[in-house]
Amino acid sequence: MAKIRVETTINGEETEFLCNGQESLLEVLRDGLGMTGTKEGCTTGDCGACSVVVDGRLVPSCLVLAAETGGRTVDTIEGVADGQTLTPVQQQFLEHGALQCGICTPGFIVAAEKLLEKNPNPTEAEARYFLAGNLCRCTGYDKIIKAVLDAAAVMREGRA
Amino acid sequence: MSAPVSRFEAPTEVEAAVALLAEEEGARVLSGGTDLLVQMRLGAGAPPLFVDVKRIPRLTAVRLDSNGLRIGAAVPAAEIYENDEIRSLWPGLAEATDLIGSTQIQGRATWSGNLCNASPAADAVPALIACGATAVVAGPKGERRVAVEDFTTGPGKTVLERGELVIEFEVPAPAVHASDAYLRLIPRTEMDIAVVGAGVALTLDAAGTVESARVVLGAVAPTAIRVPDAEAALVGSPLGDESLSAAAAASTAAANPIDDKRGTVAYRKKIAGVLTTRAAKVAYERAQAR
Ligand SMILES: Cc1cc2nc3c(=O)[nH]c(=O)nc-3n(C[C@H](O)[C@H](O)[C@H](O)COP(=O)(O)OP(=O)(O)OC[C@H]3O[C@@H](n4cnc5c(N)ncnc54)[C@H](O)[C@@H]3O)c2cc1C
Ligand code: FES
Ligand code: FES
Repeated sequence: MAKIRVETTINGEETEFLCNGQESLLEVLRDGLGMTGTKEGCTTGDCGACSVVVDGRLVPSCLVLAAETGGRTVDTIEGVADGQTLTPVQQQFLEHGALQCGICTPGFIVAAEKLLEKNPNPTEAEARYFLAGNLCRCTGYDKIIKAVLDAAAVMREGRA
Repeated sequence: MSAPVSRFEAPTEVEAAVALLAEEEGARVLSGGTDLLVQMRLGAGAPPLFVDVKRIPRLTAVRLDSNGLRIGAAVPAAEIYENDEIRSLWPGLAEATDLIGSTQIQGRATWSGNLCNASPAADAVPALIACGATAVVAGPKGERRVAVEDFTTGPGKTVLERGELVIEFEVPAPAVHASDAYLRLIPRTEMDIAVVGAGVALTLDAAGTVESARVVLGAVAPTAIRVPDAEAALVGSPLGDESLSAAAAASTAAANPIDDKRGTVAYRKKIAGVLTTRAAKVAYERAQAR
């Protein structure tokens, strides 16, 4: 069967790719487009490592078919930093050492950026609930949550 | 041998979706994919054809008026929960919706997928039934309306026939002193499958007497079930210890659960009663406050 041609906007750039009907967005990002920042953990929606934003919504890219994204906008971890300039969330992850193996980190950062866009001043409980779909087997979460809350504070100061 | 390749279609009209589903045996509707694609990953195999219904305007529209809510079948949970009017008119239904999965899952999961997947533990289903919701179904013979409580016929089984799909839900506006609640028990605070779920909707008169009640249990039978004896126990008086314990006993009696690692039969039956009283109290307070 002929492959499906999909035109979509990824991190602001018009992109075109070919895929099979059952291929996930995650597979196309990583294997088709070489954008390996988005990670694969479970492929069943449980771990959040594959988090991306499609048309403004945080979604697990393992449970999105690549063919669905035609004409939509996809934002991935590769589009978070502005060139070499890290965002406050990324910067705070470094400062807090909020990662060990790092496989969960892109998913956490994509999700945390979304959290702070919706809620610039989350409580710890709100941050933990919002990020409950992102699993980390290394850090114990505390440093991640602290990094996110500190990034929120930095961003609020930046805005004030 | 390489895996067979699926076709993918994203029609923009209901009629086109119906035609695709009718023509291809084994074609599957794709709403959020959070059940369908997971089952595929776990070995169920890819269908010959995915019909992505999210480009059909009627399936993503949200309309609220004095009659109630008419909402497209493909609207994701996150959009439902973010809607202030929906949250204030049907707080229990909104909470049940918000319980489905993580933030990421919320961005995808829909009521239609929750209903059509027909898991006995689906969280939105008891709440939809408590609120008296109806599914609008389109198919080769036109449209028909099916009460959500009549939709699921067993685990993984629904009334849908070949070529049919759910296109909308209708949720009738609550009366002046009416509200709802949904509670579920899971072994942790997030991301698990309900051991028991209980949805209760109550309508009160001006004096606070319960005029009508709907009590629905999830995860304790092959489908979500209404509990008429619990409903009868709640009606006719303001909520008190007597009516609450009668309702709890009725729910415990009606529950017909399985034993598994999440809970034994005896535990689930007991919890069905406990959650019935707790959800009834929350619904009552909300109805009084309106
Ligand atoms: C990590 C994770 C956590 C979860 N947690 C919960 C939870 O806490 N509670 C809960 O209840 N569920 C949970 N689920 C299950 C799932 O997210 C829900 O059942 C969700 O509502 C399914 O909706 P969907 O749109 O993604 O369905 P899909 O996967 O798109 O569809 C499910 C089924 O319904 C059919 N279908 C979909 N839309 C239609 C339609 N309009 N007409 C006819 N058939 C249709 C599909 O063909 C498929 O067979 C979880 C899933 C995951 C992966
Ligand atoms: S890889 Fe998508 S949620 Fe784990
Ligand atoms: S740093 Fe290893 S999984 Fe989170």
